[in-house]
Amino acid sequence: MVPAFDSPYPRILSVGDAALTIELGNSIDLAINRRVFMLEQALQTTPAKGVIDLVPTYRSLLVLFDPGIVDFQTLSQHIHNHLRDLPDAQGQQSREVIIPVHYGGEDGPDLAFVAELNHLTPREVILMHCGQLYPVYMMGFTPGFPYLGGPEERIAAPRLASPRTLVKAGSVGIAGQQTGIYPIDSPGGWRIIGRTDFVLFDPEADQPFALSPGDLVRFVPLHEDHHDD
Amino acid sequence: MTIEILATGPAATIQDSGRFGYQRYGMPVSGPMDAFAFQAANILVDNDTNSATIEFTAPGLSFVTTKPRLIAVTGYGLRLFINGIEFPVWMSVFVRKNREVHIEKTSEGMWGYLAVAGGFRAKRIMGSRATYLRGGIGGLEGRALLAGDLLKVGKPGVDLTTAAGRTFLPETRPSYNASPTLRVVMGPQQDSFSPKGIETFLSQDYTISTQSDRMGYRCEGTPIETISDQSFISDGIVNGAIQVPAGGQPIIMMADHQTTGGYPKIGVVTSADLPLAAQTQPGGRVRFVAVNIDSAVIAYRARWQALLDRNWSLHETFLGNMQA
Repeated sequence: MVPAFDSPYPRILSVGDAALTIELGNSIDLAINRRVFMLEQALQTTPAKGVIDLVPTYRSLLVLFDPGIVDFQTLSQHIHNHLRDLPDAQGQQSREVIIPVHYGGEDGPDLAFVAELNHLTPREVILMHCGQLYPVYMMGFTPGFPYLGGPEERIAAPRLASPRTLVKAGSVGIAGQQTGIYPIDSPGGWRIIGRTDFVLFDPEADQPFALSPGDLVRFVPLHEDHHDD
Repeated sequence: MTIEILATGPAATIQDSGRFGYQRYGMPVSGPMDAFAFQAANILVDNDTNSATIEFTAPGLSFVTTKPRLIAVTGYGLRLFINGIEFPVWMSVFVRKNREVHIEKTSEGMWGYLAVAGGFRAKRIMGSRATYLRGGIGGLEGRALLAGDLLKVGKPGVDLTTAAGRTFLPETRPSYNASPTLRVVMGPQQDSFSPKGIETFLSQDYTISTQSDRMGYRCEGTPIETISDQSFISDGIVNGAIQVPAGGQPIIMMADHQTTGGYPKIGVVTSADLPLAAQTQPGGRVRFVAVNIDSAVIAYRARWQALLDRNWSLHETFLGNMQA
């Protein structure tokens, strides 16, 4: 995506004295999101002195640095050079991850609500939820929680007014036009439509996180016993 | 090999400098609340600055040595007793074996650090020994320390007796006090606040709430006015970031903060003053003052340089192995 000529983006903002953020746009947009990961990768490949950590999110990249080693101006210049040389996001390959889900029943207590709200049958909700690839826009909230973009508008549902104190690990939820998976037991306010046995987070494994920002997720229904039309 | 914990409060944990590199997956960094006191303790006993320490709060920490040890206790509001005899804090102290060490938390400050030459041993999870209590990860079985815990210590990198008596004098430490003024770099989302909201933030006192923990310090005071129709896309969070949710009451994000958030951040506490924020008790008042990045960096480098240069003093009374 080519930004408008008068666009303020990309822009680099200071975040205190030990971090900066590069905003590549101001919307939740797949092309902008892809550029965030490309910039992250560029900064990992050619690291700047003093950089401690990188946190990619929907449309921005947070860069943490040691203010005893590098300053905002120097680092900004380094990043501007990368931004200038950033390749086009078109044609970037993403990893596809398949996640099997038990929909409805005890695993998905809000499936009926989401269906009713949208004047659909539970089966239609499941088919729509499984019917597309979801990009992992970012991870946050709890370790390993993927924010998956863009489920169909026809299965959107608002958050619970009062979050549940316990949502079981593996629960698959919908909040507005987002879907996500709870990697660990935690409180949560998303509408839970199913649950997976797929382990998203194992702190002691060599690769503790099964998903990475930038991956593509496809849900597959395991069985549909609980929700005849 | 070990140190046996005799008694401690509910919030004593093993902390190294933190778990970096996994924030992109939503993994909090953890690490010390007061990074200055943490680093000072390690430096006094010749540890690597990433070595694992014990972070503790009220009522304190008691333990027994089973071998001679070189220890340093740092933080705000602490008294150190070895077999009943008081020793200075912010100093490396040689402790003989089978001594009972009692660190008392006074009514001031929040956090103390115990470093032992050689560092505490614990399994590294994702490259770090830091404890993340909410996730049950790191440190000792992912939990707070309990009476009876036996902690392993690594091999000291220094002659225990000759390194005793080093002290960071008060003028080299952060100017800890009960109600600090915190320097803040404004932004990155100051545009989400009305001029009146920003004026409120920079002119009013805020009281640290009892609803505060290693994740964040909630502040109570005059609500900060936001520009209501501003919707904000979640982005990354740093230590010291001051989030302002819809109610207008700011939250200072601390060591265990979540990696991303959707509330606008009015400013970020400077690295130099974050230890002062961390050491403010619930009920303590803070005031925010805006500074530019350059002066924030100068203040940080001036404060930390004393540590990195090992600019300690030697305490005549406690040199060598004359004690404990």
